[in-house]
Amino acid sequence: MRDIAERITLSFQTFKTHRMRSFLTTLGIIIGVTTVIAILSLIEGLNRSVAEQVRSIGSDLIFLQKYTWVSTGHSDLEKLAARPDLTPDDADALTALPSVEIAIPDADTRVTTLKYRDNEVTNPTVVGSDENYSYVNNHFVESGRDFSRDDVLHRRKVGIVGSYLATNLFPDESPVGKELMVEGHRIRIIGVFREKGSFLGQSMDNFILIPYPTHEKIFPRSTRSIYSRVYGGYSIDIKPVEGKIEQAKDEVTELMRRRHGLGFDEENDFELNTQQVLMDLYANITRVGFVAIVAIAGISLVVGGIGIMNIMLVSVAERTREIGIRKAVGASNQTILFQFLTESVILALIGGIIGIGIGLVLAEIISVVSPLKAAVSFWMVLLGFGFSASVGIFFGIYPARRAASLNPIEALRYE
Amino acid sequence: MKENSVICRAVDIRKIYTRGKVAVEALRGVTVQIQRNDYISIMGPSGSGKSTLVHILSCLDSPTSGKYYFEDTLVSQYTDLELAKIRNKYVGFVFQNFSLLPRSTALDNVALPLVYGGVRKKEKIAKAADILRKIGLGDRMHHRPNEMSGGECQRVAIARALVNDPRIIFADEPTGNLDSVTGSEIMGIFDKLVEEGNTIVLVTHDANVAAHAKKIVKLKDGRIEDA
Repeated sequence: MRDIAERITLSFQTFKTHRMRSFLTTLGIIIGVTTVIAILSLIEGLNRSVAEQVRSIGSDLIFLQKYTWVSTGHSDLEKLAARPDLTPDDADALTALPSVEIAIPDADTRVTTLKYRDNEVTNPTVVGSDENYSYVNNHFVESGRDFSRDDVLHRRKVGIVGSYLATNLFPDESPVGKELMVEGHRIRIIGVFREKGSFLGQSMDNFILIPYPTHEKIFPRSTRSIYSRVYGGYSIDIKPVEGKIEQAKDEVTELMRRRHGLGFDEENDFELNTQQVLMDLYANITRVGFVAIVAIAGISLVVGGIGIMNIMLVSVAERTREIGIRKAVGASNQTILFQFLTESVILALIGGIIGIGIGLVLAEIISVVSPLKAAVSFWMVLLGFGFSASVGIFFGIYPARRAASLNPIEALRYE
Repeated sequence: MKENSVICRAVDIRKIYTRGKVAVEALRGVTVQIQRNDYISIMGPSGSGKSTLVHILSCLDSPTSGKYYFEDTLVSQYTDLELAKIRNKYVGFVFQNFSLLPRSTALDNVALPLVYGGVRKKEKIAKAADILRKIGLGDRMHHRPNEMSGGECQRVAIARALVNDPRIIFADEPTGNLDSVTGSEIMGIFDKLVEEGNTIVLVTHDANVAAHAKKIVKLKDGRIEDA
């Protein structure tokens, strides 16, 4: 141990006498590690926020829909559009399945604006569902009340608003009890949902929930635009019995194929979407970027390593006499080898530490000035250390061996 | 290694260097024995093999053939690691060009062998400082070689050679880079060291320097000339 301490002290003495050179040597490593740390922490930040947001869709829900969330690229749009719409009856039938706790219809229609006196919100969603919507989506009413069974059965013109809509249309008062005109229909607000936040930059609270029969009345099928026909229609939100999501998928598929009268050789004419699909898609998209970044970082670390090797070779040549003297007074080849190796590793580590520091600061700055949020993990710091130490060893071994193998007699004569 | 009146013994040492395709026989069978408290000068023209002999005697190099015993131990086939240990613990060097580390202080230079001997820091500094004081450089401890005169540098080098209490000290043209006054001062130090019981082997081609020794070994063409 004393040996190591001695070598480290010795290394620092060398750096002190060659400050500028040592700094320039580590520059490659600094840049490499800075890039790695900054980009990794931004990617990690992105990953976390996407994961969190995707989770907010409902991690344990299956969305039975006409269309897939993730296009496979060769879909025949006309064939897809010809698929049968899903209906509230489907939801009732699915609820009866043993692996399904509850299934509800969910129709989303986007309207251009909603107004209340002088205030307006643009592009809110009018959601049609039933009294179990809040339970299935784990999204509860914060003030006022939730739907009752009767509200749905009697097609009442009542609504529960999302928090974004509530604060923007009713900045100074409670929306509960107020009336809102939705496409010419007067809807009485009975409750306000708890805030849900935003998903991929869009507020998930810019909506009003109304009973689905009311929704059908306001937006009859005939008046729906092509746009809403393609993207509208009912989605069935399925909450499986806990831990039985895979079983539920199978049962739902089987039941829906039967309900749609599909033969053995026919493809499904519906899709089961889960948040996993989105996570997979995201992972696929980012994998390419990740590999590219690792490659870039790898290149800059190799460049940094070559810089270290170069300077270490210069240092060995320059210190030939010193090596001779040290050998004469009792340094073995091994001692010299480790001394130079220690130097290159410390140089690389100093570069690594500076790089980690700058990288973290850079990520923080980017977090402040841009919408990207950085997230730092301990493993990144370890990775930075590990990378730079390996570079120091890998590119330091050759110069160190060269120093160690110097003939002491010739080294002593070297001028 | 136990105390013995014979410090080292070389028997029929040969050393062949290959420079490119040419083999040069630097030593052609040298037998020599050094005893405790010997004061020997090795003389000879350049190319006579005197440096090669000293390198082998001081364990900086291994012979091509022949046997070399250091304190009764056969070391001619020792590995680098073992030879390094002998150089560190039992051998002191003084070179013509001082061979000090230019960026280290006198104290650090003197302490250098102790670094490789694994001596504790406190003890190391105390020992090095002690020897520097003895050799009259108590006020130069924190000076670097370029801040000292040639004579002072050579005295630092002698202090470094002494710091491990070596069995034997090899001095290769120790006065070669010094003026005659300083040179004789340095020789005075060597004389005194021998009086104190040390063993010294000098390499020189200066007859005046060689005259300090009690015994002169003359080399020519890789062989010892008969006295």
